[in-house]
Amino acid sequence: MASQTLQSVPGEPTAAQHELSLEELARREADGQAYFDKVMADDSRIEPRDWMPPAYRKTLLRQISQHAHSEIIGMQPEANWISRAPSLKRKAILMAKVQDEAGHGLYLYSAAETLGQPRDAMMQDLMDGKAKYSSIFNYPARTWADMGAIGWMVDGAAIANQVPLCRASFGPYGRAMVRVCKEESFHQRQGFEILLELSHGTPEQKQMAQEAVNRWYAPALMMFGPPDDDSPNSKQSMAWNIKRFSNDELRNRFVGMMMEQVRVLELTLPDKDIRFNEETKKWEHGPLDWAEFHEVLAGRGPCNAQRLERRREAHDDGTWVREAAAQYAAKQAKKQAEKEVAA
Amino acid sequence: MTTPEPHAGNVWPIWEVFVRSSRGLSHVHAGSLHAPDAAMALRNARDLYTRRNEGVSIWVVPADAIASSDPDAKGAFFESPQGKDYRHATYYTKSEGVKHL
Amino acid sequence: MSTSPETAVPAEETAGHGDISVGVKGSANSGEATASATRITPGNALRPEDIALAVSRGTAKPGEDVAEFALRLGDDALVLAQRLGHWISRAPELEEDIALGNIALDQLGHARSFLSYAGGFDGRSEDDLAYFRREPEFRSVEIFELPNGDFAVTIARQFVVSYYQFELYRRLAQSTDATLAGIAAKAVKEVDYHRDHSAQWVLRLAQGTDESREKMIHGFKVIWPYVDELFRDDELTGRLSGSGAAVEPSSLRADFDRLTGEVLAEAELEVPRVQPAPGGGRKGLHSEHLGYLLAEMQVLAREYPGASW
Repeated sequence: MASQTLQSVPGEPTAAQHELSLEELARREADGQAYFDKVMADDSRIEPRDWMPPAYRKTLLRQISQHAHSEIIGMQPEANWISRAPSLKRKAILMAKVQDEAGHGLYLYSAAETLGQPRDAMMQDLMDGKAKYSSIFNYPARTWADMGAIGWMVDGAAIANQVPLCRASFGPYGRAMVRVCKEESFHQRQGFEILLELSHGTPEQKQMAQEAVNRWYAPALMMFGPPDDDSPNSKQSMAWNIKRFSNDELRNRFVGMMMEQVRVLELTLPDKDIRFNEETKKWEHGPLDWAEFHEVLAGRGPCNAQRLERRREAHDDGTWVREAAAQYAAKQAKKQAEKEVAA
Repeated sequence: MTTPEPHAGNVWPIWEVFVRSSRGLSHVHAGSLHAPDAAMALRNARDLYTRRNEGVSIWVVPADAIASSDPDAKGAFFESPQGKDYRHATYYTKSEGVKHL
Repeated sequence: MSTSPETAVPAEETAGHGDISVGVKGSANSGEATASATRITPGNALRPEDIALAVSRGTAKPGEDVAEFALRLGDDALVLAQRLGHWISRAPELEEDIALGNIALDQLGHARSFLSYAGGFDGRSEDDLAYFRREPEFRSVEIFELPNGDFAVTIARQFVVSYYQFELYRRLAQSTDATLAGIAAKAVKEVDYHRDHSAQWVLRLAQGTDESREKMIHGFKVIWPYVDELFRDDELTGRLSGSGAAVEPSSLRADFDRLTGEVLAEAELEVPRVQPAPGGGRKGLHSEHLGYLLAEMQVLAREYPGASW
């Protein structure tokens, strides 16, 4: 949109607001709520400086920052294979993809910052283990075929989740998702292509591909979140036009897509219970191990400690660099100011 | 070139990024990023927002240098143009046979 | 696929202003969709695939000397890309992950072009050359092989090699060998940006905090012994400069010294007084570091020889 509202100018209370009487504040809040309700009813967009219910702000901040953290932590399993990519073309593709994930993290942090939370505070929460991120990135990428399975299934699930988020009621989030979705379209295709090559390669390569699909299938399905009857926040998010479809709706749709595509790959999904329900016209899948999901989410997955340690290490190792650049900027600004005074 | 108040320690300030997608078009807001100063903000913007040929020119502006209209005053601020149809070409009846008008 | 980005665009993103023209050639559908800062295109530049195609069609075929020279430049760029790739997800700030990633991708692109061309001499592909040569068959020089070190060491190396590559590619763009000239013409614009990136950081690290200044000085001290090797002439460069296909590396030195000197002076840094290392990579005598780098890079490809990826 040509008339986009600026993303990152958080709505700080003006001086005038501090002096308002209680009645005036209450009136403003009622007006704000009415306006907010109308925006929701019209399926329009809320922008950062608009009045919004505190719970709406909190929900968004949590969701967007978790989403950003997932992108940043999600760089690691794939970065692990950049140095060993088996062809130079694949190396270039993988590098560009992992780099994109850093970019997506940045777009999302930007959107979250419009809600008044600075990026370094969100980062700190992540490094302190106080913030959550998609639990799938706590699984190890053991073989090259995992690059294919992550691209095809994990990014596939992410895209299925993200496409509806382009219409999220919070403007900056929706705009960030538009950019992310445009860029992600290559991520899933490159993953599919890796698996296709492997599946049509030597028997060992095909086996590698099948094992990766087996490993990532269930975690990818669980990326859509808990089943609807165990997802207390979903209803409110849907009422606020943040979420457009329920977890199970998105998951079932995704299973259908995977079933179609896995045939082209000449591989199988590790789920005997997948079927198309003729009555509901929906795809169904076998039971998922939600106990494991909660274990990994709670920090007891195979790579949780490693992922956070790596992020902390990069952050700590970079402190002196960030300080140096900030100091340099301050010195230059001072010099400039002195020059202007002299002139 | 303006540089925002240098932040304490190692946290870099926010910059808003505007990208001109091709010659002849205006710069459009693309997003924001963090950078220690204007020179680095421009370079970071180049790397972050034009990786896929999205632009031919970039502006960066310190986020706190941007003044914005008051969202609470949207009624009063934007009411005046409502209902002034005569500012628009569509208000006027077309006369048959009159070209180039 | 139902998740294509087109379907992802919300209605107001595509709905333009109807028939209001912005009067710009090539933006017939005008309006907001065209003005969007998210419109993406692949661009049109010389790609590694174009070189490989020209080689396979026989429209580009290097002689033995040019092939050997292309191998040198390709190996330098490949080893550097491998080193820089390690920074992605480990940089001092997220914005810098992306900056270093872009530079690594540029270098990898140059490597692929040069190697594709070099392989045209005896029918080997870029991957044959990258993955199935042994260490003594590589032609990179030591400065590219050095470990990343901390951010200051990485920046010191970037500073040296980008100023060197700029001077080299600038001249190679005039090469009598059309393919070398084509690759260099594309690469010189990219390494021009690499120069700027590293110079910006040299200034900031040298004049930031006391700690960063110390680290920058240390970084240059680590890197500088390997600078001389970049500018050493040998029989091959002698023959190639005679034919106009390349230039003598020593002829780049004056411009390199002058331009790096300007930045170092602004940063109030001195050229470290260190003894030059003998090097030997152009003849296949490598640093102790290269073997590990190649072992990691080649492990998977060699585990499945003949496989396609």
